[in-house]
Parts: sequence; structure tokens; C-alpha cells
Amino acid sequence: MIKVALVGNPNSGKSSLFNQLTGLNQKVGNFPGVTVDMKSGEAKVSGTSTIQLIDLPGTYSIYPRSLDERVVINLLTDENHKDYPDVVVVVVDASNLNRNLLLFSEVADLGLPTILALNMVDMADKAGIQINTKKLSDLYSSPVVTINARVGSGLDELKNAIISAKDLKQPREPLYPVKELAPELVQKLQERYPEKSDYRAYQMAQQLNDISYLPPDEKEWIAGVKAEYDFHDKQLKEQETLDRLAIIKDKTGKALSVSEVSFRDSMTDRLDRVFTHKVYGYAIFLAILFLIFQTIFAWAEPFMDMIDEGFGWMSGWVHRYLPEGILNDLVAEGIIPGLGGVIIFIPQIALLFLFIAILEESGYMARVVFLMDRIMIKFGLNGKSVVPLISGMACAIPAIMATRTIDSWKDRVITIFVTPFMSCSARLPVYAILIALVVPDEYIFGLFNLQGMALMGMYLLGFLMAILSAYVMKKLLKTDEKSYFMMELPIYRSPRWGNVGLTVLEKSKTFVFEAGKIILAISIVLWVLASYGPGENFENAESIVREQETGLTAKAMDDAIAAYQLEHSYAGVMGKWIEPVIKPLGYDWKIGIALITSFAAREVFVGTIATIYSVGSDFEDEGTIKSRLSAEINPDTGGPMYTPALGFSLMVFYVFAMQCMSTLAVVYRETKGWKWPMLQLAYMTAVAYLSAFVVYQWLS
Amino acid sequence: MRTAAQLRHGERGTVTGFSNSEMSLKLMEMGVLPGQEIEFKFAAPFNGPRCFLVRGYQLSLRINEAEAISID
Repeated sequence: MIKVALVGNPNSGKSSLFNQLTGLNQKVGNFPGVTVDMKSGEAKVSGTSTIQLIDLPGTYSIYPRSLDERVVINLLTDENHKDYPDVVVVVVDASNLNRNLLLFSEVADLGLPTILALNMVDMADKAGIQINTKKLSDLYSSPVVTINARVGSGLDELKNAIISAKDLKQPREPLYPVKELAPELVQKLQERYPEKSDYRAYQMAQQLNDISYLPPDEKEWIAGVKAEYDFHDKQLKEQETLDRLAIIKDKTGKALSVSEVSFRDSMTDRLDRVFTHKVYGYAIFLAILFLIFQTIFAWAEPFMDMIDEGFGWMSGWVHRYLPEGILNDLVAEGIIPGLGGVIIFIPQIALLFLFIAILEESGYMARVVFLMDRIMIKFGLNGKSVVPLISGMACAIPAIMATRTIDSWKDRVITIFVTPFMSCSARLPVYAILIALVVPDEYIFGLFNLQGMALMGMYLLGFLMAILSAYVMKKLLKTDEKSYFMMELPIYRSPRWGNVGLTVLEKSKTFVFEAGKIILAISIVLWVLASYGPGENFENAESIVREQETGLTAKAMDDAIAAYQLEHSYAGVMGKWIEPVIKPLGYDWKIGIALITSFAAREVFVGTIATIYSVGSDFEDEGTIKSRLSAEINPDTGGPMYTPALGFSLMVFYVFAMQCMSTLAVVYRETKGWKWPMLQLAYMTAVAYLSAFVVYQWLS
Repeated sequence: MRTAAQLRHGERGTVTGFSNSEMSLKLMEMGVLPGQEIEFKFAAPFNGPRCFLVRGYQLSLRINEAEAISID
């Protein structure tokens, strides 16, 4: 199968082309050794044969400025890479030809068969630019294909070009004679690596630090050669870029005819006047955020209810029709609810990413980054941290993965560190039940619902702690790394729905596979801890309870037995074991169990609490849990257990605590070590504990 | 000598060079070259990034990035 790599500037339409070619036949993997998404997919050519496509991160040149851009040079120069392409397609924005051709000329000089895919010719037309593709092809000695990635035209021609380019081993003159920059060094490198062309040998010296596949002793040797010939990376890079751009300007000038109409997208100008306005700009951003969250909660609810009922029904069915025993319990009480606990978040996560994808596709998100950059810098973040922080309100896992676009390592680590403070969808059920319990359902000034305001307060609290922590980290972390902003503000366009759909699909899949497996595994572990216990008390729970309690209905008896069993299970023992630690926060061992089980996913709190207070199996009925909780008596005071002090203490704990194993696992993967996830766990737990302590002591 | 950060709204200037070698390469890759005309379009509030029209596309730069561009 022919392997094809897609390369191009950001906003050149590269990803649209990839989506057009592969459709649903794509998957996201990882480049070996680096945590950068590798999107690959297959496309049919002339009915029978298929080609494999790899979508590389958008970049302006092969000299990377962020983590994900490094992949480009590492894939295109590593002949032993399993995905080393046979053909490279460089997608080029025709309305900005010279800038786009810089990347093309660099890639073409690496010597792989390279095709120039000319996109956005309609935009160039409007700008009065006529391109003679035949001449362009001759000047750059490469096949040129005109495509329209938005509507999907020119795809067959491109596929044909790929097929014929594969055999064309292109022994052609490089566009730029790089050897002249450092003749002795290139010569010396080629003596050791005779198969390397001039430009490949030159790149080994130039990008020594960014190339990951070379063994350490080779790197050391190359570093020695660089020192020997006094090789100055920066000056040479600059010289090369200037020279290349001069050559491009000269060549391209011969293939272009520019008429005098100076095109401006007046719609973009008008929209920018509003969207980047110092008052309206922020007001509109806040309004959009507000609308998004309103819509997510309103639209997701029916789906979540359906999923909930569906899994409840499945559990019941298995319980009834599978032969009784451990396996039955494991499936009905461990695996199915565990799976349900994963699936239930999909509606909210999918909807949030639907909106984010629309905002990104339309060009609006770049304006948000532009507007927020200055403010975020003050807190140690940067404009590009906005998207991860917003995504964090659905789920921290895709949010943390979205930080890969941040090129400064320091800004990225800070963003990763503080994102879990944003209240994710798993916290919502916890807030909902506790607020219903301790905040009166009243209006002040006939306008503001107290419960609604308390809920908003929790979200706000998480956000404030996120930026405050970022600010502290900014002061603590010292680095002399350079951070670039330089970003294109693309023109506004209507979103391509295919791209939006594929993004939503991809993010939801990421959540299910990344978080899902951990949530499921922990659900099963917790089920074991809650279903088995040490000693007599657990073994004989049924007879003990039957002896103590008489005159109960059959259902109440079952509930009482379940509660007694949980109390004496391993989970119950653990809850009692941590009770002294959480006592100052106002919690008892029952809440202790719920805190432990929350490590699977925070919303498990509600189910656990329901079981402990023996509401029985249909604990989804919020009214029942609420009345049970209200009736619970605090043995120390004789008053109600769930006072406002306890309720708020618990909520604050849930706002701040790092109770998500999946997030820790993702942070470990993204930061390549245990340092950051462990610091995060310690820090967030400390913040949660202290805040809950202060709140409880202050309110009671 | 003026820098791109000193341009007024709607004002154009021709790039003459760069005062910061760290940024010059990336700026050139984005199409900001000596001899190129750029136009200051608008800025984000609170001294935030600025938006320039470069070769018909909108490029946004932080102030320190714009200051690295000398103009005439």
C-alpha cells in the first residue's frame, strides 16, 4: 500500500483534504515515542487499490516551534520509520502562495516524491491572482494538482498523481543548493552516511536536538562535527530561509498574473470590528459561553436519562435472568454500572466538542485566543490555554490533550496542572444533590434562584482556583524558554460540517478509550471492595440484621441488609479507617466511603451515598436520596447530619480535589513522568482539604 | 527607528529588518520579510496582541514580537 504524508501550513485546508479523502476510514494513534496524535486513514483509488494517508500537524516550515510540529521532520527524514511515506502531498493555500511554498520547497528538497496540491484557488481568484499551474509545475519540477478541499473537487486527479508519483524517484536538482552553506560539514556527514542527500545531511546537523530517532553516540559524533566546522544553526537557518523565499518569489512571479484588484474580505473586517472590540468582544465571548452551557445541560439531559435508564434496565435484566452467583453480581453490579458511568458522560462531552469545533472551524476561536492572550499571560497561561480550560468543563482528559498546541513548555505544564480545577461534568451530579439539600429553592429579588447561584458559584470557584494556582506556578517555575504567539487570524467561513462531525467523533472516542478503561477497571475494584468484607459481620450480615430489626417490610429489610453489608465491607473498613482524618471537615465514615469510591468517577458519590443510606437499588430517584439525607442524624450533635456547613464543605472538597485516576494517567502520559501528576494530586488534595476545613469550621 | 508596534491604526510601513534574532526566522516564515509592506489593523484590549495585514492575510503578533520588526 502506498503511504502518503499530508503536509501544509495551518489553515491551508490540509485537514479538510484528509477528511475528504478518508471520510470515516480514519483513526487516531500516537507517533511512537512522542505524545502527538497521528491521524491516519485509508482512501480508495480507482475502485480496487487503497492508499494510506497520514495527516501531519500544520506547520509553516520544517523547523518546528512546538512539540507537535517536530513530528514532521522526524517522520520525513527517518527512512526506517514504519510510517515513512512513499509520497508527500504539500497542501498549499493559493491565495498566499509565497508563504506556503516555503514549506513546500523545504519538503521537496528532502528528495521524496512531492506533489503540490493547490487549494483555495477560488480565494486567489477573488484576490485577482491567476496561477498558471503548468508553469508552476515546470518551475518547481513537481506535479501540481488543483483541488478544492472544502467541496472535495480534484480528489481523483490528486489520487492519480499520487499513484504516478510513487514511481518517480525524482533525481532532480534541489530547489536550493544547501551545500553551499556548509560544504565541509555536509561532505563530512555524507562520508559517514553515504545514502543521505545534501539536504538530509544538512538537516541532521541543523535539527540535531529535534531529531529523536538518532542513537546517542551518532548524535554525539554529529555534535562534534558541528563544533569542528563552527556550524551556527540560527544564522544558517535564517540565511537558508531568506534565500529560499527569494528563489520562491522569483519563480512564483513567473507563474502568476496579478490584476490590480486588491481584495479584502469585507465580511471578516466587519465581524472583527465587533468580535475583537474591547467591550462587545468580551461580552460576546461570555454570552457564547453562557449559551453553550445552557444548551449542553438542556440538550444532554434527555440523552443522559435514557442512558441511565437503559443501563439500569440492563442491570436488572442480567440480575433476573443470569444464574445467581458471583458472576451475576459482578456483571449486574460491577461491570454494567461501570460502563454506564462512562457512557453517561458522552452526550455532554460530544455537545461541548460540537460547539468548540464549530467555533474553531468558523475562525472565531482564533479571535478568542487573540482577545484573551494578554489577560491569560498575567496568570502564567496564554491565549491558547482558553480552549483546554473551556474543554475542562466537560472532561479534563480531552482538555489536557488539547494543550499540545501550546508551544511553550512552561505555559503548557501550567495549563495541564490547573485544568482539573475546572468543574467537569462528573462533578455536576454531586453539586446537584448537595445543593438541593442545603440551599433553599428561593428567589432573591424575584430574579435570582439561590440554588442556581450556588451552582454557578461552584463553577466560578473552580475557575478562580485554576487561575490563582496558575499565577503561583508562574512565579515558581523559572525558565528562559522563548514563547511565540504569532498566529494567523483566518477569515470567517461557515464551518464544514464533515470536519465538525469527525472532530466530535474523535474527541468522544478519546474519552471513552482513555477514561473509559480506567473508570471501568476502578468500578470493578470498588465493587469488589464494597461486596466483600473481612470477618463474621460481613459474612452473616443477613442473619444479624434479621435478628436486630423486626417488623420491616421486605424491601426495607433488603435495604437494611445492604447497608449493613457495606458498613462491614472492605470499603466500609476503609471509610472508618480514614474517618479521623476527615472528621475535622465534618465527614463521617459513610462519607469516607463515598470519597474513596469517587476515585472511579466523582459522580459515583451519589450512588454510594444512596446505598449507604439504604435507599435501595433505585437510587436514581433524587427525591428519595434527598429525604434520606435530610433525615440523617448526626450522632454527636443530635441535629441533622447534612447541615449547610457539611454540604458546603463537601461541595468545596469536590470542586478542588483530584479524584480522577484517568486524569492522572493522562497527565502522566502528556508530561512523560510521575512528577507532575503526583504534584497535582498532592496540591489539589491539600487545597481541597484545607478549604473544606475552613468552610466547615466557619459555617458551623 | 520605528518598529511595527508603533504603527497607528490603518497605517502602513515597510519592513527593513529585525532587532531580535530569535524571532526573525519565525517572522520570515510567516511572510514578514524585509521589503514587505505591512498594515496595522487592530489590537486586542489591554495592550494585547496586534493584528497586521501581511500579504493579504491577517497575522496577529504580541507586542514584543511586533517590536522585533523594524519598519520604515
